[in-house]
Amino acid sequence: MSDSSDHSALVFGLTQEISSVDPHEDTDAATRSVLFNVFEGLVKPTTDGEVEPAVAQDYTVSDDMTEYTFTLRDGITFHDGNPVTAEDVKYSLERSAGIDGDQSALSAISDISTPDDSTVVITLSAPDSEFIYNLTTAILEEANDAQQADNPIGTGPFKLTEFEEGQYLTLEKYDGYWNKDLDYIDEVQVKFVADADEAFMELQSGSIDCLQYLTKDQISSVGDDYNIITTTMMLVHGLFLNNDYEPLQNKEVRQALNYAVDRDAINEMFADGKGMIVQTHGYPRITAWYNKDTEGTYTYDPDKAKELLADAGYADGFDLEITVPSNFTQHVTTAEMIAENLKAVGINATINSVDWNTWLSETYQNRNYQATVIGFDISSLSPATWYKRYYSTSDNDMTNFASTEYDSLYDQAQQTTDNDTKKDLYGQMQQILTDDAASVFIQDPGDFIALNKRFTGLKTYPVSALDFSSVQYAN
Amino acid sequence: MKYFIKKIISLIITLLVISLLTFTAFSIIPGDAALSKLGVDASPTAVENLRKEYGLDKPVIVRYGDWLADALHGDFGQSFKYSNKSVSELMASRLPVTVLLAVMSLIIIVVVSLPLGMLSARFSGRWPDTVINIVSQVLMAIPSFFLGIIITYVFGIVLRVFQTGGFVSPDKDLQGCIRYLFFPAVAVAIPKIAMVVKYLRNSVLSEMKKDYVRTAYSKGNSDNQVLYGHVFRNALIPVITFVAMVVAEILAGSLVVEQVFSIPGMGRLLITSISARDYPVVQASVLYITTIVVVINFIVDVLYQLADPRIRYA
Amino acid sequence: MKKKNRYLTVGLIMTAAVLVFTIIGQFWTPYPVNAMDSSASNMAPCAAHLMGTDDLGRDVFSRVMNGCGMTFFVAVCTVAIGAAFGTIIGALTGFYGGIFDEIVMRINDVLLSFPSVLLALIFVSVLGKGKYNIILALGILFIPSFARIVRSEVVRYKSLEFVKNAQVMGCSSMRIIFRYIIPNTKVSMLTAAAIGFNNAVLAEASMSYLGLGIQPPDPSLGRMLSEAQSHIFNAPWYALFPGIMIVIIILGFSLISEGLRAMND
Repeated sequence: MSDSSDHSALVFGLTQEISSVDPHEDTDAATRSVLFNVFEGLVKPTTDGEVEPAVAQDYTVSDDMTEYTFTLRDGITFHDGNPVTAEDVKYSLERSAGIDGDQSALSAISDISTPDDSTVVITLSAPDSEFIYNLTTAILEEANDAQQADNPIGTGPFKLTEFEEGQYLTLEKYDGYWNKDLDYIDEVQVKFVADADEAFMELQSGSIDCLQYLTKDQISSVGDDYNIITTTMMLVHGLFLNNDYEPLQNKEVRQALNYAVDRDAINEMFADGKGMIVQTHGYPRITAWYNKDTEGTYTYDPDKAKELLADAGYADGFDLEITVPSNFTQHVTTAEMIAENLKAVGINATINSVDWNTWLSETYQNRNYQATVIGFDISSLSPATWYKRYYSTSDNDMTNFASTEYDSLYDQAQQTTDNDTKKDLYGQMQQILTDDAASVFIQDPGDFIALNKRFTGLKTYPVSALDFSSVQYAN
Repeated sequence: MKYFIKKIISLIITLLVISLLTFTAFSIIPGDAALSKLGVDASPTAVENLRKEYGLDKPVIVRYGDWLADALHGDFGQSFKYSNKSVSELMASRLPVTVLLAVMSLIIIVVVSLPLGMLSARFSGRWPDTVINIVSQVLMAIPSFFLGIIITYVFGIVLRVFQTGGFVSPDKDLQGCIRYLFFPAVAVAIPKIAMVVKYLRNSVLSEMKKDYVRTAYSKGNSDNQVLYGHVFRNALIPVITFVAMVVAEILAGSLVVEQVFSIPGMGRLLITSISARDYPVVQASVLYITTIVVVINFIVDVLYQLADPRIRYA
Repeated sequence: MKKKNRYLTVGLIMTAAVLVFTIIGQFWTPYPVNAMDSSASNMAPCAAHLMGTDDLGRDVFSRVMNGCGMTFFVAVCTVAIGAAFGTIIGALTGFYGGIFDEIVMRINDVLLSFPSVLLALIFVSVLGKGKYNIILALGILFIPSFARIVRSEVVRYKSLEFVKNAQVMGCSSMRIIFRYIIPNTKVSMLTAAAIGFNNAVLAEASMSYLGLGIQPPDPSLGRMLSEAQSHIFNAPWYALFPGIMIVIIILGFSLISEGLRAMND
């Protein structure tokens, strides 16, 4: 099928619609991963989960971790050809902070000053060694203020040329991109497809060149026109438990659940074992913060689970309703497998599938659930944002997990500016999540991406990013 | 004329009732547009701010009043999900697709089913009737998305005469769009053809037993003269009702087919906006569907009178 | 005439066979309905698994046996609610006409236009989850189509001689409606019921797409079919058998209605 001289656009199938192209408004992983190509922050994520200078040439941080000084890249321009100025940076950070409200990460900024056109000094109200991770915030052109939502202009390797709601968006190579070392394709069309089945049909019929989240069954029938890239989805996928639900208040019960669930079978079922099993809320691919010692704590052991249940006074089991958002087939299937696992140890597990918005408001916001299968992606590389989920008074402590020890470790981590100490503290917190069996953490699920052989490349990142500037024509 | 005015008034009342119902529905079902847009990582303040921006912090009745006042001026507001699009723009981009699909399906249905239905009735009890009957029985029993999958599989993947997902919008390439919509239109049409054939056949056969048919025969008319001169017109009445309902159904958005063939029509817009709790869009879509249903019913009534002058309305 | 009854015979045999199959499936299946076996996922039909297995290694044959029951139940109840209320409403409004007709038909319009998904969401959030609420929601959605058909028939018959004669003879309106008119609408009703049955099976399947239908892991044919979509390439049997089963059920049902119609001729 592949024509050696075919340099037409790469069509990427996205099984979700992008509804807004304003990067400061971006919210879901799919939107972030596409806009990654159009916009850049002062720094941008690297493939190993760190950040590197992007709009900034380089930066220095004061010893007390309160003052970040950036020198903008020489000659860097927006997609309309105008140079990026320090004022644009200030404008962008303020705009983003304004949209996100007073609890956003950027609200820690106390002052932004611009001593000259290419220098930006950001002062924080309190020391924060993780703050650099928040500066992946897109830099936009101030002169374009009125049109940021309709016709956004960024500095990334691609410019957004067309956006047809509900159908597709088109990215065109930006010839003035600062990184002249990169050689990449001219055009990408990101096409929104209603669901994974349909997307796979379109992949087979050739109207899509690249598709992610394939199942192991699909890759076996995908054919010779495609290369398969194996990676992980960068999620903490698990059975999250409402620690306030009566039987689950008991640590032994939660531990029993951890012994009862067959993680390997789930991993095997989805991705031929290509996922990474976890036993805590952690991302194994971001080695800088991950506590590997938590691995292997709970093995698949139904007998041990029954024993623990009996010890906790639930020898006859109990009722457990697993709420699951119905639009994610993977979560539904996982819930079905877990339900079988739990029935085997005497827990009467039932499934309640709900639509996504019901899940968001009832389960996530109101915490009106017993257990739920979901995957948590990361919107920021800052570990503080991940671990806030288990801080007892946090707004997003969805599992109602409460441990004074955990809370105090979290507070200490926020105060320290030394990364080694920090890693140690976050490591201890992850250990607590495992030992207290805060939830049944399962895996970072394996992910298969099919890429038409007309193209090569496509780097994968531990954050939500589809780096089309890493794709070249095969011929 | 009086009849016409009455119909318009009842349309307006129906629209008011359904818009109020839809509004109420959104206050009953769980989920929230602001939260839906911002997702799990949003801070409560951001969600609260967005709710204010959308006006979701106001009581339902106030919101309904605001919405109604704007709608009366022809302003259906902004979509929540697609933050930069007005509802009218969104509808304007989706509507032509659905209308085109409906027209194409209707043409296929009428062109295929009327001759087959008459044929079946004409040879009732003999082999053409039996064959048509069995085939249509089977076709009617095939679930539409199963049919859609079979069509995409056979024509798209095996024969490659159709590219799944190769949709082009009608304002860019009308011909290409029509070409793409052919198979979806067939998928919509097949079960409906089977039903229309059956309806028409049964209707013709029951007409044939009427007194006037005997009279017509006694006057020396031939089979065909009776069938096409007298029976056809009367037999069409229930068929028209049915076809009209089919048209209304397709115009309201044939979700399953739009889903399977990846067509951005009204059905998909409605479902995505319900899922996103994007009520300005849902509201406008529902009003559109209501108008279609009511107007088509009105047309059916008028056709009734034309086809059968005995029916008169006050 | 005899030929027509062959429809009835075939239809009855098919439906009876499916019913027996289904009833057995409620009490006994070759494998436990929800038992998974990861070592046997996506197996093609063979002696051990007559209809193959699904992606979780569940026996499709067992699930089809059991799932037929749910599908039957939902479809029959839905059509029954729709037809019963639809007939009454359609007959009364068609016969009496006037303002009553106007109001009810407008309500009908509202129901026809109101998105079914939204209605189902309301039912679920007000009454809670469960198959009975889904049946109720679907049933209500089916009323207008039946009502419309009956109404148009009644309007037609109203002006016919035999009804006028009955009126002259002093029959009460109710008697005329239910004794003289309704029996004559049977033809259209049976056809509509067969179509409605088909739609009900599909509606249940599409509801489950939004998490509103029968809850997993319990099987229903519609849901199995929609789940099978993603495996159409490497496990076509998973879509094929539930699909064929739906076709057989609906076919059997419509053949019966065809046969009955013929008997009444």
